[in-house]
Amino acid sequence: MTAPASAPGAVDAYTAAQAVQDASVGHGARSFRLWRGADGSGAFTDYTTEVNEGMVVLDAVQQIQAEQANDLAVRWNCKAGKCGSCSAEINGKPKLMCMTRLDDLPADEPVTVEPMRAFPHVRDLVTDVSWNFRVKPRIQPFTPRAPDAPDGTWRIDQRDVERVQEFRKCIECFLCQDVCHVLRDHHLHDEFIGPRFLVYAAALEMHPLDVADRRSELKEDFGIGYCNITKCCTKVCPEHITITDNAIIPLKERVVDRHFDPLGALVRLVRGPRKP
Amino acid sequence: MAHGVVQLTRRRFGETMRRDAWWLPPLGAFVVLSSFLVYATWAAFQNANYEYGPYLSPFYSPLLFGPSPHAWFRSAPAWLPAISPALLILPFPAGFRFTCYYYRGTYYKAFWADPPGCAVGEPRTTYRGERKLPLVIQNVHRYFLYFAIAFLFILASDAWKGYWFADASGAKHFGIGIGSLVLTMNVVLLSGYTLGCHSLRHLVGGYLDRMAGRPVRRTTYACVSCLNRGHMNWAWASLFWVAFTDVYVRLCAMGIWHDWRLV
Repeated sequence: MTAPASAPGAVDAYTAAQAVQDASVGHGARSFRLWRGADGSGAFTDYTTEVNEGMVVLDAVQQIQAEQANDLAVRWNCKAGKCGSCSAEINGKPKLMCMTRLDDLPADEPVTVEPMRAFPHVRDLVTDVSWNFRVKPRIQPFTPRAPDAPDGTWRIDQRDVERVQEFRKCIECFLCQDVCHVLRDHHLHDEFIGPRFLVYAAALEMHPLDVADRRSELKEDFGIGYCNITKCCTKVCPEHITITDNAIIPLKERVVDRHFDPLGALVRLVRGPRKP
Repeated sequence: MAHGVVQLTRRRFGETMRRDAWWLPPLGAFVVLSSFLVYATWAAFQNANYEYGPYLSPFYSPLLFGPSPHAWFRSAPAWLPAISPALLILPFPAGFRFTCYYYRGTYYKAFWADPPGCAVGEPRTTYRGERKLPLVIQNVHRYFLYFAIAFLFILASDAWKGYWFADASGAKHFGIGIGSLVLTMNVVLLSGYTLGCHSLRHLVGGYLDRMAGRPVRRTTYACVSCLNRGHMNWAWASLFWVAFTDVYVRLCAMGIWHDWRLV
């Protein structure tokens, strides 16, 4: 396209103004650095694609996949932050790709997207999270007390059950597992179940109907002592579950009750066990 | 890792793809906690300038032995070595803070880089966590809590005494000095910190799965939980203020600052 001869520079001014407007609403080309490779090896590959207002990282990745890299492996499903499939590390932070808006990321530098680092790499942005599904059955399942009424039903105070409702919000995106340095850096998957499953254990252990005692398992088999309360899991949770303060620390305190509090044990010996 | 799976290469110390100033919070914590440790240690060994009129520095409270009107007993037992009275009592609040869940997460990052920041590479490959000695000792936190609660009553008593000024005849009259307010604020902030403790939250009701029909427990648990949500802010504010209270009393005792009487 050539500029009209009668108004030299007018198109440039228009283009510049348009560019400013586009930039203000998030239009224009954005650079991306996507991890490409398989089975743990690979490297960043640079892509540039047009983005529009309101696009999220997953939109851009899918656009790159459609237009430039048909063989790019990326896992996604609901695009609404509820299935937990599109977990990745965006600009170094564990996030859901579908819930990370591009206009929340610095526009003057490429957006980096990597697979989660706490799990085995499969290909490109996809990791094998199946270890998590093998952990869950190890936790003692929900064990309700005897029914409260002759018809086999229970009575629960709504306020009692509210405490564990928070934990039910978990979408199993495993971002908390990814950011936890015990799994991510120290690879203690055989000894530590990670924040996701400590939340799951807390939901069972604190349930007003549940009577199972998981404290010794938490200490011996699930490695709750490995958690050193960095609160990274809480910071990355897309459902804003207060993982550390409301789940892990209360479980640690219950483990202290059972294993590390001789004075409390003496009191219980004299007064009898506490009512749950 | 189990099942012979392959993870991405482990990152080196400090290596990360994060673009933000992730190093700022641990650096800030390192500077503030180190400064506090250095100052508190220095102040504890001074054994001087810890009282001024009705004011007593919280680093020296309770003052167990000595000729001071603030002292509980006139003379120390003969078997006790002649050390600064602060050294007899400071291990308790220090232990409370050292084993505090919030501070643990903070100083593991700031002093031990374990990890230096979320999603940032670590310097060591081995890790024991709080499963084994020495850090399994952190589980004594609730015992330090018991002492910390007792200290709140003592510091509240000190703050109350800080409103009673002696005249030339020795008679005491109610008054308000800047120091009275400083000591009162110290108790308020320490109470906010101590009463929002995770262990206290557990002990007042957190250990229960059902609080139906226990209105006192439910209310107490709700109050402690409310304070617990701001535990970090209470922790830093109370840490700063307890040091400032000592500085205030010390500088007044040294004649550098003048304690203004408001009433």
